[in-house]
Amino acid sequence: MNFVYERLMGGKSGLTGFLILAAFIVVVLPVTLDIFRLNLVGKYLTYAFAAVSLVLLWGYGGILSLGQGVFFGLGGYGMAMFLKLEASSPENTAIQSTPGIPDFMDWNQLTALPWFWEPFNSFTFTILAILILPAAFAYVIGAAMFKRRVGGVYFAIITQVVAVILTVLIVGQQGFIGGINGITDLRTLKGWDITSDTAKYLFYFLNCGLLLSVIVASRFILTSKFGSLLLAIRDKEDRVRFSGYDVSNFKIFIFCFAAMISAIGGAMFTLQVGFMSPSFVGIVPSIEMVIFAAVGGRMSLVGVVYGTLLINAGKTLFSESFPELWLFLMGGLFIAVVMFFPNGLAGLWKDYGYHLTDKLLAGRRWIRAYMSNMVNRKVGGGA
Amino acid sequence: MFDEYTYSELGAIFAMQGFAGISLFSVLLLMALGLAIIFGQMGVINMAHGEFMAVGAYTTYLVSTLTESYAPAFMPYYFFIAIGAAFMIAALLGYLAELALIRHLYKRPLDTLLATWGLSLIMQQSFRSIFGAREVSPTLPDWLMGSYQPTDMIDIPLNGMFVLGLTTLVTLGVYYLLYRSRWGLRVRATTQNRVMSGAVGINTKKVDRYTFALGCGIAGIAGAAFTTIASTGPTTGTLYIVDTFMVVVFGGAASLLGTIISAFSIAQAQSILEFFISGSMAKVYTLLGLVVILMFRPEGLFASKIRR
Amino acid sequence: MSASTNTDFTLAIEDLTVSFDGFKAVDALTFYLEKNALHVVIGPNGAGKTTVLDLICGKTKSTSGSIRFLNQELTKMAEHDIVRAGVGRKFQTPSIYENLTVFENLEVSYPWGRGVFGSLLFKRSHTVREKIEEVASDIKLNDALHTEAGLLSHGQKQWLEIGMLLIQDPQLLMLDEPVAGMSVKERDQTAELLKRISKGRSVLVIEHDMHFVKQIAHKVTVLHQGKILAEGDMEKVQNDPKVIEVYLGH
Repeated sequence: MNFVYERLMGGKSGLTGFLILAAFIVVVLPVTLDIFRLNLVGKYLTYAFAAVSLVLLWGYGGILSLGQGVFFGLGGYGMAMFLKLEASSPENTAIQSTPGIPDFMDWNQLTALPWFWEPFNSFTFTILAILILPAAFAYVIGAAMFKRRVGGVYFAIITQVVAVILTVLIVGQQGFIGGINGITDLRTLKGWDITSDTAKYLFYFLNCGLLLSVIVASRFILTSKFGSLLLAIRDKEDRVRFSGYDVSNFKIFIFCFAAMISAIGGAMFTLQVGFMSPSFVGIVPSIEMVIFAAVGGRMSLVGVVYGTLLINAGKTLFSESFPELWLFLMGGLFIAVVMFFPNGLAGLWKDYGYHLTDKLLAGRRWIRAYMSNMVNRKVGGGA
Repeated sequence: MFDEYTYSELGAIFAMQGFAGISLFSVLLLMALGLAIIFGQMGVINMAHGEFMAVGAYTTYLVSTLTESYAPAFMPYYFFIAIGAAFMIAALLGYLAELALIRHLYKRPLDTLLATWGLSLIMQQSFRSIFGAREVSPTLPDWLMGSYQPTDMIDIPLNGMFVLGLTTLVTLGVYYLLYRSRWGLRVRATTQNRVMSGAVGINTKKVDRYTFALGCGIAGIAGAAFTTIASTGPTTGTLYIVDTFMVVVFGGAASLLGTIISAFSIAQAQSILEFFISGSMAKVYTLLGLVVILMFRPEGLFASKIRR
Repeated sequence: MSASTNTDFTLAIEDLTVSFDGFKAVDALTFYLEKNALHVVIGPNGAGKTTVLDLICGKTKSTSGSIRFLNQELTKMAEHDIVRAGVGRKFQTPSIYENLTVFENLEVSYPWGRGVFGSLLFKRSHTVREKIEEVASDIKLNDALHTEAGLLSHGQKQWLEIGMLLIQDPQLLMLDEPVAGMSVKERDQTAELLKRISKGRSVLVIEHDMHFVKQIAHKVTVLHQGKILAEGDMEKVQNDPKVIEVYLGH
């Protein structure tokens, strides 16, 4: 019990924050929003996986990855490939010159399914691929970078270049992976209609459950000695190294874990939105994930979820009514967060919000004292 | 991919793509010079560097449009004014950005990266609001058009030659400024030991501000050069920023010669590959090659061994 | 070569050279550190003192020569392996984790759970707590265990870093200017601390403060331009004309 309380929830304040978040996304939002809006929130919450990954990586580890979109995209594409194969059964694609392969392949004169698509016929393989491939890719990048002590801004730029390479590759390979349009028209999962309201509700709650589990798992990491070490590496890398730790292994591990989380988000994105495209892989989405984390508070696993929701709600609102203002606002937000609110919403809450709860608590105490006074007086009066 | 061509054809292709690559090389080098000064000397990652280039390009467009409507006779010469104006305006904006933003973030490189990214978004939207979302290009003077044909297989565009000349001049100027002038001495002193430089009476804050402004100004010149090879849109800058960073990192941030060689090899690799495979795959291979090389030599090609 | 013969020394540095673009910061240095000795290295600025520590702990790779710690060659080992072999090193400026508490600083330095998964499963057991409290009282920080380390005074930070090394129980402890920036009282306390902790291990100290050196040193080595200028007890070194020449200038 103590283990759950201290290590998985992060003590009293962690538990309160976690429960409020859980209540908000699992109860309040589904009750108040219609399914269209809820589905939209579900889409935003898939980005929150990447934002949480950045808390571990950037907030605690000091490793700024400008390539989380890459892992988000790998997860999303993995799921999309499975769904696309299901949607491209020979019966569904009978009008194509080569039935049984995805439509974009047919348009690009491919006559057989490329080898790397074959295993995505299996759902088990797909799930494993979503969890393992992005992490393995992160391992390769991480090992190459961290073992050679590449860090800081160099790492940020290299991850950004990786994002560029992957986007250009996807866009350029239309026949193999759908090009700029991405993989679209995904309708069923194991014969079950994923565009129905029931499916959308189900995916929303599955998404919430996964996100909350990811937060708990991340909390476990942060409250362990590993978490202290992560902070220690961020602040005094040499001291950690000369205390007998192989620093690169720690960085590689957290980078892989962050990749895996982001990929889960990507896969949930595909399921809820029904397509995947390179516009969720490149520089811009990757750096937007960083701003979600920065606004929510780079040190707060719970805060970044609110940050993600807030920015995305703002984006949807503004790009509907004042599209030109949105980029100004977004740019200003980047600058303001960095210069004035380095700990984001979570920091503001810590600085000002606590007073609020303190006052409420004080109020409650005052009422309780008042009530008991009244009772005492009554009792006294009776005697 | 080479077997379908004869040797003389290959030679001509290399020569031609090589000359085509020279324009790219020039723009990349100008961009990288500015960035290398800012990153190499001050350690600041300027994600808005591409937008400062766009400022230069838009300035050139503006000067061209103004000349065309008010002094058409002056058209053959306006480009030189435009280069100067591009430098001045980009430098001025850089100066202001340093004053308002960058100077508060010197000790936090990752945060500078994010703040300048924010700046770049604001600048992009400003371009869109002022000049519209469509791409624009200045009317180039006649003497910049056309090409020179030494053999019938080789075709050397004149604008490329002009831009190369401009780049050479700017590079020499930067070399002189950084390594031969008193001001350059102050910049280098500040880079190496900020506290000590302050103690011997160098106004390090002023040095920072002018260094940043200079870097942005050179990006402005890159923008002017850019207009001779492509048209300018609000997001033009973002297309070049990653490549420019690769040039700087690959060249080893503090080395001028390294920056030149690295810009040259990246531009040429990309340009020559482009003839044989699609442009996008050429970019993938070039960037992939760079990442792999950087994994083996993270300090870049020309970084020297120093006592830490 | 003598480098391959086993010795009784804790540390045997032989013919060690490192050059940076031609500049020899350490030049054919040969130096022995005895067991249970408290050995101080002094020398003017740029003599190569810190570079020697960097070479021993693997921060800088040597150009040639050998460093043998308890007859184990260090020059080819990774930094963390050198530490695990029993070499602890304190940096010149206090290098502690300011955002962690004193307790956490010591816990992070505790030599269990040094692998990724080990650290994830590391448990704050009774033994760990006891050891942390023991070290904390050694460095006079037992009252500040739950203070954030960034809030400590300069002297306390220096002690904390020493404590972070002590908790690993190294055979060789290297301290780079441990009393720089300390008050007189703190210096005396540090001297006491060093005398206490040098029992059962070798301690190598770099220091400028001659009064402090006199208080603690069993043996003193003077380094100049990457080479040894003089060696012996404080008395002998202080009266060496070459040393006086180097220190007083020309």
